Amino acid sequence: MKISKIFKGFSADKWGPLLALAILFVISAFASPYFLKTRNLLNILRQVSYTGIIGLGMTFVIITGGIDLSVGSMTALVGGISILVLNALGGGAWAIFAAILAAIAIGAAFGAANGLVITKGKVAPFIVTLGTMAIFRSLTLYISGAGEFRSQSNLFPQLGMGYFLGIPIPVWIFIGLAVLFWLILNHTKYGRYMCAIGSNERVAKYAAIKIDKIRFFAYVIVGITVAVTAVLLSSRLNSISSSNAGQNYELDAIAAVIIGGTAMSGGSGSIIGTVIGAIILGIVNNMLNMLGVSPYLQGTVKGLVIIGAVLIQRKNNK
Amino acid sequence: MAEQILQIKGISKEFSKVRVLNNIRVNIERGEIFGIIGENGAGKSTLIKIISGIYVPTEGELFFEDKRITEFNPQTAREFGISLIPQEFNLINELNVFENIFLGKEYQKSILLDKKKMIKKAEDLLSMLHTDIKPTDKIQNLSVAKKQMIEIAKALAYESKLLIMDEPTTVLTGSEIELLFKLMNRLKEKGVTIIYISHKLNEVREICDRVMVLRDGEQIEIEDTQRMDEHKMATSMVGRELSQIFPEKNQPAQETVLKVENLSVRGLLEDISFDLKKGEILGFAGLVGAGRTELAETLIGIRKKQSGKISIHGKEVHIKNPSDAVKHNIAYLSEDRQGTGIITSFDMTGNITLNSLRDYCKILINHKREKETTKKYVDNFNIKAASLKTKLEFFSGGNQQKVSLAKSLDTRPEIFIVDEPTRGIDVNAKREIYHFLKQLASTGIACIFISSELEEILGMCTRVVVMREGNITGILDENEMTEKEIMLYATGLKGVA
Repeated sequence: MKISKIFKGFSADKWGPLLALAILFVISAFASPYFLKTRNLLNILRQVSYTGIIGLGMTFVIITGGIDLSVGSMTALVGGISILVLNALGGGAWAIFAAILAAIAIGAAFGAANGLVITKGKVAPFIVTLGTMAIFRSLTLYISGAGEFRSQSNLFPQLGMGYFLGIPIPVWIFIGLAVLFWLILNHTKYGRYMCAIGSNERVAKYAAIKIDKIRFFAYVIVGITVAVTAVLLSSRLNSISSSNAGQNYELDAIAAVIIGGTAMSGGSGSIIGTVIGAIILGIVNNMLNMLGVSPYLQGTVKGLVIIGAVLIQRKNNK
Repeated sequence: MAEQILQIKGISKEFSKVRVLNNIRVNIERGEIFGIIGENGAGKSTLIKIISGIYVPTEGELFFEDKRITEFNPQTAREFGISLIPQEFNLINELNVFENIFLGKEYQKSILLDKKKMIKKAEDLLSMLHTDIKPTDKIQNLSVAKKQMIEIAKALAYESKLLIMDEPTTVLTGSEIELLFKLMNRLKEKGVTIIYISHKLNEVREICDRVMVLRDGEQIEIEDTQRMDEHKMATSMVGRELSQIFPEKNQPAQETVLKVENLSVRGLLEDISFDLKKGEILGFAGLVGAGRTELAETLIGIRKKQSGKISIHGKEVHIKNPSDAVKHNIAYLSEDRQGTGIITSFDMTGNITLNSLRDYCKILINHKREKETTKKYVDNFNIKAASLKTKLEFFSGGNQQKVSLAKSLDTRPEIFIVDEPTRGIDVNAKREIYHFLKQLASTGIACIFISSELEEILGMCTRVVVMREGNITGILDENEMTEKEIMLYATGLKGVA
């Protein structure tokens, strides 16, 4: 009775993901003595940064009632092209800078292409991005001759491998972007409008909100987050594999958003939730590795976590 | 004494310790039409949801045909013979009529569907309802009134003995309401009992045998309708004498704010011309489908005009989308509150500043100012909410409408189009809304007041435009405005364009 009362004042939407993370953290700490080692924790954070950053953009898209399946292949293509730019310019500091700018421009352009067909062509986001998912991967394979984009820069890897104040650079970028996206979602007109469109598009239209523009930019934004991830990933490996890079990133990004409590139906969402969702997925992966579970089974566990998270949310909303 | 079909013995309901229904005791007799009236939040919906098995009562017992109902779920209620005709229909648009009627209880020949038998049965049911709907018609092609017929046919297919109708007439036109009432009387003769919930007191008086008044979850009185008049019902619902419902009319200024000339929209509006003065509340009367909402939607840029001229303060304006309308200080209060008016998953603030959000932003939203605005409207409009953070879906219809009104007004419009502003809300909230509108008009705002309730057009407006099938059939001055005269124009008997 008393316990149920405590839980009554406790909104599952808001605190559920954090609670899940806390429980998972404690279990992991008991399950493996290595889990709590700083190096391991930092590794997990670095690992989740890549899809976590895309998850931030994905949160926006899902809030507007859309979806983007193309982010994985887009990561490979944008990463590949940025390495080509880097090599063409000689691989120095300026070349790196130019490669980053090029990546962001291309990512935004790819996102814009998705957004344009979805808003102006009025094709369902699922279909459009399913199509571009195939297109981006195929172009990556074609350009590289199904091989690897290999960077000739010695400086480039320092970005993805480097540390600042003892924390990996990708993690800093993840945190920085998360704060920025949180600000946009909760404290700007744009964030409010996205929620309005996802909740009730007709009300938004009558309220003089430019629906197409808002939705279009959500896809541009997710394209930019893909570009950031693509740069971090290619600089960490100093190469991009045309067949493997970004594989299943769409799954991880969408999973992070969903586990974080953002509704698939759109209308509301939480950036903090997405960050927590990404970390939960990272810890699960980490534990499976440490416990020696076959890598082939990791997808099964991930799938169960996603379905379980949604089931729990459903129950709580009843 | 007639046989009792439903005995409600001391039913109470609490939601998280808040009592919304207290000790309801009533016996409903077989073959009567029993009205339930009350303000929004009085407990009407809760009571019918208990009867139809959607809610479990906290206390009390229900007996149906002397059998105690122990299980509360919609299936059990249906097996007992209780059916709810909801306000929002549960029909599948893509299927046809007979498939909907027999959804979930299809007739089968071994493993195949027995379509012939279902079509035959559906025909029988529909002919019993005296309608020309065919069992193979597609639901999506049917009018709202016909969809309602299908819901009734569905209930009859379950051999329901008790029909619960929740605000069935809000979506119907005058002649459709007449048809519905005829049908209800026929069902009554066949021994079907009907519980009838409505805000329209004149209808309750016309159709019901007895009426129960609820107020704040309490049963106030049960009376033969013959011994009640509308004024008595309203007083009983509110719990005090209603001061005058309509405020004194505002005399408009001479200055013309909006002038519409020869406006046409393909297939919807033809050659519409009228002008609107500063401080005027200009009524727009007509039957459902006369094109009044379409006109409003054209004025705010949702629909494209084909020809014609719109001028504001003598200058021609081109309104191509809702943003242009906002720029020209036109606001619209939608007739379809939940469809186009408010976002039910947002709180009050999110809704109120939705149209005017740009006024609250530099780069970031000024949440403090937003909150102050909300508080201002809560005070001015007497909005009742559990907290500022409560989502609109938990608001009563009247309070939702006030939030919708606040939302439209927060853009500080000069021209305010209100479309059925009092639909589905209770007397008290109606009265408040009439007074707000009058107040707005007296500050110089020009209002277009679209309403299907002639009483409120007569009570609020100094001039009325009557529309029929996309045309204006007449513009009547205050001395020509009577209910009869307006109806003559609205039905096309006078002033054919």
